[in-house]
Amino acid sequence: MIEYRSVGKTFSGGNAAVADFDLVIPSHTTTVFVGSSGCGKTTLLRMVNRMVEPTSGQVLIDDVDVASRNPVELRRSIGYVMQASGLLPHRSVLDNVGTVLRLQGVSRAETRRRSLELMETVGLDTALADRYPHQLSGGQQQRVGVARALVTDPNILLMDEPFGAVDPIVRDELQAELLRLQRELGKTIVFVTHDIDEAFLLGDQVVILAKGGQRAQVGTPADILAAPANDFVRSFVGLDKGGRELHVEERDGVQVVVDAQGRATGVLKG
Amino acid sequence: MSVASDSWDWLTDSANWSGDAGIPHRTLEHLQYTGLTIAIAAVIAIPLGLYIGHTGRFRGLAVASTGALRALPTLGVLTLVSLNTGINLTATLVALVLLAIPPLLAGAYAGLESVDPATVDAARAVGMTHWQVLWRVEVPLAFPLLVGGFRSATLQVIATATIAPQVPGPGGLGVYLLGGLAVGDYPRVVGGAVIVIVLALVVDLLFAVVQRLTTRRRVSTPDRV
Repeated sequence: MIEYRSVGKTFSGGNAAVADFDLVIPSHTTTVFVGSSGCGKTTLLRMVNRMVEPTSGQVLIDDVDVASRNPVELRRSIGYVMQASGLLPHRSVLDNVGTVLRLQGVSRAETRRRSLELMETVGLDTALADRYPHQLSGGQQQRVGVARALVTDPNILLMDEPFGAVDPIVRDELQAELLRLQRELGKTIVFVTHDIDEAFLLGDQVVILAKGGQRAQVGTPADILAAPANDFVRSFVGLDKGGRELHVEERDGVQVVVDAQGRATGVLKG
Repeated sequence: MSVASDSWDWLTDSANWSGDAGIPHRTLEHLQYTGLTIAIAAVIAIPLGLYIGHTGRFRGLAVASTGALRALPTLGVLTLVSLNTGINLTATLVALVLLAIPPLLAGAYAGLESVDPATVDAARAVGMTHWQVLWRVEVPLAFPLLVGGFRSATLQVIATATIAPQVPGPGGLGVYLLGGLAVGDYPRVVGGAVIVIVLALVVDLLFAVVQRLTTRRRVSTPDRV
């Protein structure tokens, strides 16, 4: 469980990225921070592994304040996936995946074995092991990033707009892959995105953030769609322009679901 | 006879290629001064440059002071230092080290600055310590520029180490230039200069090869699809 207790962050220069933020992130679920740029979502994410230190309040993992933990050890115990993968350009795919194991003093042979295993887990051809990151496609690089984050089998996985820089088709693939992985692994995932569809697809709990890290609404995707807390949320999730309104039309005894533009999107069952 | 053909005769005279005053021995001396200078300058400039590049602190100061150091006339420094240390090799080395520091320092901090901040951030985020970020990420990625710093420092020192015999004692290839000038033996001056040029070109070529090898590992590796 990750817990934010009245967390604030004011950067030098005086602008408050986050103020008085409270949230509980249950274990083994995916929580998505979603908001426009400048809403503090990445700042909040990076507080979990002390890449950003809050200027007030506390962040706790299983009731232990992260501020009391050694930042290097803390980071090694948490998987981190970032936009554009953040791979080391001078290391092979296999070495990139095994980075943290080597830092922890795991032997070369064991690192190699586990890295290859992780490549398979995330759907990467192990023939790519000796390639360098620049020789891979954007989607493959992101998979390497995910494999690197998972190689130590951490309980927590932080993902900072990991699929933001890949094309839509590859993004769909990676999202599906992440859902499959999460069904198998049951990690505590904290995911940052500016894409509400991605948030609703991946999130068990979705946190919609307004400027300055204010919680606009927290809930399951269904809760938020059923009862948007205010106009900001209604507009952010696309309820204001009818973009998410579906209705049913009957054709030959079958109930067809049609969207606001009158396009059929599916049939209603049961 | 022209100076050119006389110089050729001087260069091909076997008497000039043997003994303590011969070209091989003088070249060796020259390389020793160069090597010693670069080693001392590196011990000072590289840690400083890595510190500046890694932390981003004192960058303005580094730029300003390397600019000022570059503007120093080496011969003037040599004279000034000899007044304090006495006329000996130490004075020469101090002057040459001051010459070698700016390119080494610039190579180190510019090299580290050239590393993508996102890569450094990622390295920290997966749990590398400052030292691990420096040695496993920043230095390897900065390596071509670091070598570039050594390359330009070494070339400058090879060219300028010819002033070593300005003070009595040290030898090196400058002996031919200064000694020849003193007695008006121009073929010897030209011959000595040619050797310095050839030496500089050979060393430059070696550095070019090292730079190329260290860059190629990342930029293009054989594709096996």
